[in-house]
Amino acid sequence: MSSPVIISIRGLTRSFGDVHAVTGIDLDIYEGEFITLLGPSGSGKTTVLRMIAGFEKPDAGSISLSGKDVSQLPPYERDVNTVFQDYALFPHMNVLSNIEYGLRVKGVAKAERLERATEALHQVRLEGYGERKPSQLSGGQRQRVALARALVNRPSVLLLDEPLGALDLKLREQMQIELKALQRAVGITFIFVTHDQEEALTMSDRIAVFNQGKIEQLGTPREIYNSPRSSFVSEFVGQTNKIQIADEKINIRPEYITISNTHIEDSRVAKGVLKDIIFVGATTRYLVETDFGLIIANNPKETLVLGSSVHLSWDKNKEFLVR
Amino acid sequence: MRLTALLTAPVLWLVVAYLGALAMLLVTAFFTIDSFTGNVIQQFNFGNFQDMLTDAAYKNVVLRTLGIAISVTFFCTVLAIPMAFYMAKIARPKTQKILVALVLTPLWASYLVKIYAWRTMLEPGNGVLDWLLKPIGIHSPGFGGPAIIIGLSYLWLPYMILPIYAGLERLPNNLLDASGDLGAHNFYTFRKVILPLIFPSLVAGSMFTFSLSLGDYITAQIIGGKLQMLGNVVYQNFSINLPFAATIATIPVTIMALYLYLVRRTGALASM
Repeated sequence: MSSPVIISIRGLTRSFGDVHAVTGIDLDIYEGEFITLLGPSGSGKTTVLRMIAGFEKPDAGSISLSGKDVSQLPPYERDVNTVFQDYALFPHMNVLSNIEYGLRVKGVAKAERLERATEALHQVRLEGYGERKPSQLSGGQRQRVALARALVNRPSVLLLDEPLGALDLKLREQMQIELKALQRAVGITFIFVTHDQEEALTMSDRIAVFNQGKIEQLGTPREIYNSPRSSFVSEFVGQTNKIQIADEKINIRPEYITISNTHIEDSRVAKGVLKDIIFVGATTRYLVETDFGLIIANNPKETLVLGSSVHLSWDKNKEFLVR
Repeated sequence: MRLTALLTAPVLWLVVAYLGALAMLLVTAFFTIDSFTGNVIQQFNFGNFQDMLTDAAYKNVVLRTLGIAISVTFFCTVLAIPMAFYMAKIARPKTQKILVALVLTPLWASYLVKIYAWRTMLEPGNGVLDWLLKPIGIHSPGFGGPAIIIGLSYLWLPYMILPIYAGLERLPNNLLDASGDLGAHNFYTFRKVILPLIFPSLVAGSMFTFSLSLGDYITAQIIGGKLQMLGNVVYQNFSINLPFAATIATIPVTIMALYLYLVRRTGALASM
């Protein structure tokens, strides 16, 4: 990455009582990138985000923003803004006042406030909604207001805490695309927290996979997906078959396994009985009972009959090693 | 049918005991007494109201009582907000429960006991306050207006803390986070986010502190020195001139009705 580092995290640690939420994390975040902190709930990703925002103080370690250690500063002295999971819009203010809030705090003159707020409303495609109260908006619209309220301050970094979690699938997919486009347009660094691996793969320049307070792997979506470094990452991001063949432990994604009624020559082959066919929309999963255990394959050669014996084959180069 | 049976008792209670008593009060206020025998003459006239409105002494009592009720409400609010905030937003869940219990405990003790305790505290010369604070040159305010305000503020404080506490409990923490995140200092957040959102709770609490202070007479009797509140005037007239006592008693009722009307106009009742 050629861009300069905007946030530099070193040895970041935070415990809540006996729970070690974050244990010694190092992470550099580059200017203008879209980085996702991905992990299951309780993996420490949100705690890291909250420490960057200033809502939590680290027990140890440092967070530098544009070269300055901010880890002990209160939220209002940091040049970052947050989009909250449940939006956290002020219910007693209308949309425009919500968006203007940050500018009002900083004492920006009324005319400029209005101009920037209107521009922000335009950016999130909510022109004409300024007079409404948050309670009169749908979930997706509130989401956009929360986004506008943060972006209008032109922060150097925008923090997004599972902002799409409360939306239904279709809206979520639409917002994923919009969010990514918006990030490209404004050029602000986005730090996005989610537990949804698909969301992470879709939007991010880089992904940091969190597990038990540590970063398991940091890389581009392709790196994370194609060469996961640990079995946790391989299972959390996408699906993985873990197969023991003789002394060899193999990991292979279901979509690389061809399933057929007849033998197909490849660097790996296996035989088994088709136990189940699970239709999941875009793909269909075939569950095959083999001598090496249950294998899931997503790549059928032809129509297959439940209970029949089938042949599996895959390219050895698609396998990956994990810790 | 069953609903009717179920509601009969409460409705009877409301109509007879509650509205009935209030109606009797209003009607009696327009009666007069035979100055020789002291018997109530059930004859409708405005004489009592004329006396009350023309005598400057009553105007003073009304203004003084209002002043005390407003002061008590003010002090209760000022004390209750930080306490409720600590309980709802800062204390750990376990401490929180203990604090709620502590706020409630004074309500278990008798009103009289508490006011006599304050009498001992405020006693000029050898009271607890003088004994404690004399070394640093502060004296007890003695018995009178300030003593009444202290006593009533102490008595009604829990009624202010609890609604504010409940209001703050309902206030999502992330709104406070969001305000700080957008650059607001804590005081700014308090003014622009917390205060408007707990306003209905403040109104709820003030209805208790204000109305309870408005009608009180025992505190004034015990620690008020020579000072009289509306309740004392009612109490004194009660045995000698019942209709006039009723006339005086319409004042706090009217003030309270006016207060509720104003509160209604702010819209705070709707969100309560």
